[in-house]
Amino acid sequence: MMKFTAAHEWLVIDGDVAKVGITKFAAEQLGDIVFVELPEEGTVLEEGAEAAVIESVKAASEVYAPAAGTVLEVNAKLDENPSLVNDDPQCDGWFFRLKLDDPAVCNSLMDEGEYLEFIKKV
Amino acid sequence: MSDIQLRGTPLLDLHKRHDGKMIAFADHELPIQYAGGIISEHLHTRRAASLFDVSHMGQIRLMPRAGQTENAARALERLVPSDMLALPVGRQRYCLLTNDNGGIIDDVMAARRDDGWHLVVNAARKFNDLERLREGLETICAIELLEDRALLAIQGPAAAGIMDAVVPGSGALRFMELREFSWSGTSLLVARSGYTGEDGFEISIPGESADALADRLLGYEQVELAGLGARDSLRLEAGFCLFGHDIDESTSPVEAGLEWTIQKARRPDGVRAGGFPGEKRIFAELAEGPSVRRIGIYPTGKVPIREGAGLFATVAGEQQIGRVTSGGYGATFGGPVSMGYIDTSFAGTDREIFAGVRGRMIAAKCGRLPFVRHRMKTTSA
Repeated sequence: MMKFTAAHEWLVIDGDVAKVGITKFAAEQLGDIVFVELPEEGTVLEEGAEAAVIESVKAASEVYAPAAGTVLEVNAKLDENPSLVNDDPQCDGWFFRLKLDDPAVCNSLMDEGEYLEFIKKV
Repeated sequence: MSDIQLRGTPLLDLHKRHDGKMIAFADHELPIQYAGGIISEHLHTRRAASLFDVSHMGQIRLMPRAGQTENAARALERLVPSDMLALPVGRQRYCLLTNDNGGIIDDVMAARRDDGWHLVVNAARKFNDLERLREGLETICAIELLEDRALLAIQGPAAAGIMDAVVPGSGALRFMELREFSWSGTSLLVARSGYTGEDGFEISIPGESADALADRLLGYEQVELAGLGARDSLRLEAGFCLFGHDIDESTSPVEAGLEWTIQKARRPDGVRAGGFPGEKRIFAELAEGPSVRRIGIYPTGKVPIREGAGLFATVAGEQQIGRVTSGGYGATFGGPVSMGYIDTSFAGTDREIFAGVRGRMIAAKCGRLPFVRHRMKTTSA
C-alpha cells in the first residue's frame, strides 16, 4: 500500500522495506527535473535526514528520509533519465529503497485519500 | 498571504486562460511557465517562436523641451558611458547607467525617436532609474513612466515571418532598429531585439490592446507562450546579464564584459571622452584590465552550479577565486551552464576550477560566453 508524507514523498511498504519517491503533486510543483542526486547504497539515514537532492530547471530541492533506515538500492535509471520523475513520479520515477529500522512508524503516515485532502490545503 | 499588492499586467487574463503558473516577480504577477514546462518552452523558442509578456519592465519616455534635442543626448551621456549623440533616430542601444564608483545602476535599452527617447528598464530598478534621470535631465526633458503600456516579446527564428504578416513592414527592421507601426488602429512601437539570443521583436503597445495582439500572434501554429523560467534559461545560455544577479551597483561594465557599450567617442582617446559617473574606475580598468571578470562556467558533470556558489582554484578549496552569479540548466546546450566572476589571473579558456555545491567540490571549466551561438538579425537579408 502506498503511504504519503507531509513532505510530499510516497512510500510503498513491503515488510520492512520501503520504496520511496516524490508525489505527482511535488513533481508538478518542481517542474522539469534535470538531475537527481541519490544517496549511496548502504547509507544509514535518520528520519528527516537529507537523502537526495532534486535539481529542477528552477532550483535545487532536498528530499528527506521519511523514516530511519538503510538505503538498499537507488534507481539508477534516474542518472540517465531524470525526467522519469516528471513522467511517472509514483512508479518508474522512484528514488531509493530503504530498509526501515522500525516499519511500524509508517502506520502514522497518510493514505492516498488523506494526502489528496492534505494537498488541497497546501 | 503577502501584504505586498501584486500587479497583474494587461495580459493577466491571457496567462490564466493559458494555465500560466503564476508567481510574484518584481511586484508583478507573472507566469513562471505554462503547461508545457520550462524546457519545452526554451526549446520551442530556439526552434520556432515564443511569445513573452515582459510588461513588468519599465518603459520611460524622455521628451526634450523645445530646442533641447541635442542637449538631451548630451545629458544622457553624463549618465551612461555610451555614445548617445551619434545614435540615429530609429535605432536603439544597450547602455548602462553607472554610479560614481563605476558600478551599474541598471542596464537599459535606449531608443532614439524623432521626438525624444524611449527607454526600457528593469522592473525592480525603474524608480532608481527615474531618480537618476530626473537629476540629470529634468530641466531638459519631460520624463514620463509609461504605466499604461504593455511590452510583448516574440522571439525565435519564426518570429520575423509572423511579425511581418501581422504588422506589415516590421519584418524589414534590422537588429536594434525600431519604428512605429499601426495595427488594428493601435499604434505600436516595434523594435528588433530581445533577450534570448534569437532573432526577435519587442512590441510596446497600449495595455488595452495587448491581449488582442497576443491572441493574434498565438493564432499562428509556430507561436507558443513562454514564461519567466524559459526567459531566464534562454538569456543565460545567450550569456546575457540579469540585473541584481550578474551585474549590480558594485560590478563595473568592464568586469561584466560589457565594455563594448562604451563606444569610441567616450573612450579616453575619443571626441567626448569620459564625463560619465565612475569614469575613473572604468578607464583604469579599460587600461589595466579588471581584477575580476565575468566568464562562462561549464560544469564537467550534470550537477547545476547555481547562483552564490563559490569558485575555487583547487579541489581542496583553500583559495576562493570567484563566485557564480547565475546558473542552471541550458536546454539547448544540453547540460548545466553557469556564469560568474573570477579573478582574472585564474581565467583562461578550459582552465579547470571547482565550485562549492552543498559542501562538495564540483569540477567545471572556465569558458567563453555565450553557451549557444547568437542568431540575431545583425545583417540585412
